Formats: sequence, structure tokens, C-alpha cells
Amino acid sequence: MELDENTKTQIENMIGENEVFLFMKGNPDFPMCGFSSVASAILKKCGVNFGHCNVLDDEKIREGIKSFSNWPTIPQLYIKKEFVGGCDIMKEMAESGELIELLNTRGIETQIS
Amino acid sequence: MPIEQFKLEELIKNKFPNANILVEDLAGDNNHYSVSIESSAFNGLSRIQQHQLVYKSLDGLMDNELHAMQLKTKGTK
Repeated sequence: MELDENTKTQIENMIGENEVFLFMKGNPDFPMCGFSSVASAILKKCGVNFGHCNVLDDEKIREGIKSFSNWPTIPQLYIKKEFVGGCDIMKEMAESGELIELLNTRGIETQIS
Repeated sequence: MPIEQFKLEELIKNKFPNANILVEDLAGDNNHYSVSIESSAFNGLSRIQQHQLVYKSLDGLMDNELHAMQLKTKGTK
């Protein structure tokens, strides 16, 4: 599915205005999919502030984000506008400590709870 | 549309011929798998690039057809 200019701008604004941003199904308090739930829980555990978008609210964003990052699934994590990965990669990075390291090297405050 | 385990294994095997591959059915519904692939094709690639290579080779199978696939990839030393 081609990514139209308007959707692309919307996505760029979201990841531009939030140092850490998660495209997910549902929201952190009411995740609507297991993978999105794990992804938001990982960020909460890092004690990092993050923006989020419920892709179920907007089909254009839900499909557009996949072509934007060339990644076929949701959730998708962005740190300082850079695509970091989906749930699997977030889990691997969280377990190895790489996620905290990446956040800190990008100057983002974390508070492990 | 779910996919049978042997079909998924076959598909991965012919895309990553010399890899060692482990496919586990997580829910018994042909729709939730855990897949780990160790292949020299991943050497030198970042994690994202490794996963993108797998998704590309399973084109069309991801998200709309195969609901959930936990993926672990590793290069060969």
C-alpha cells in the first residue's frame, strides 16, 4: 500500500515531537493486543516517558507505518525518529540491557522500576 | 488465513537453505509460532535487517495471514 504524503507527514510529526514513540494497538493502559501490551510494559518498566498512537483508530496510519519503516507488524518503537524494532527486538534488547543503554546514550532519562 | 507448521518450515528452509531452524507452534491453531533461525545470511546485519530479511522472504504471509510469529535470528560466527 502506497504511503500518501499526508499520512507520512502525520507519522513524521509524531516521531519528531516525541523522543520515544510507540505505534501500538490500543493504548498503554488498555493495550488491545498481546505484543502491544508487552511493548508498552517494557517502556513503562524503563520508566521512560513515551508518546503513543493507537493504530486501530486510523487505518491509514496502521498501514502507512508499515511501509514507512518497511516492517510488517505493530507495535513499532521509535527513539529519536529512528525505528528500533517490534516486540521481539524490544524484548531481546530489554533482556540484554541494550534498550536502557540506547535510551541513555540518546540522552533520554530512564528510571528502572 | 493460518498456515500449517510444515509449510512454514518448508518455506523458511528454502529461503535459508543452510540455516538451522526451529519452529514451535505456540497455540495449536496454526496461527501463533515461535521461529528461530541461525544462518550465515544474517552475518553482518543488524537485528532489524535480519528480521526484515525474514519478513521479506515470507512476503504476504505476515500480519494479514500469519497473525503472530515470535522471531529470533542469529548469524553464524
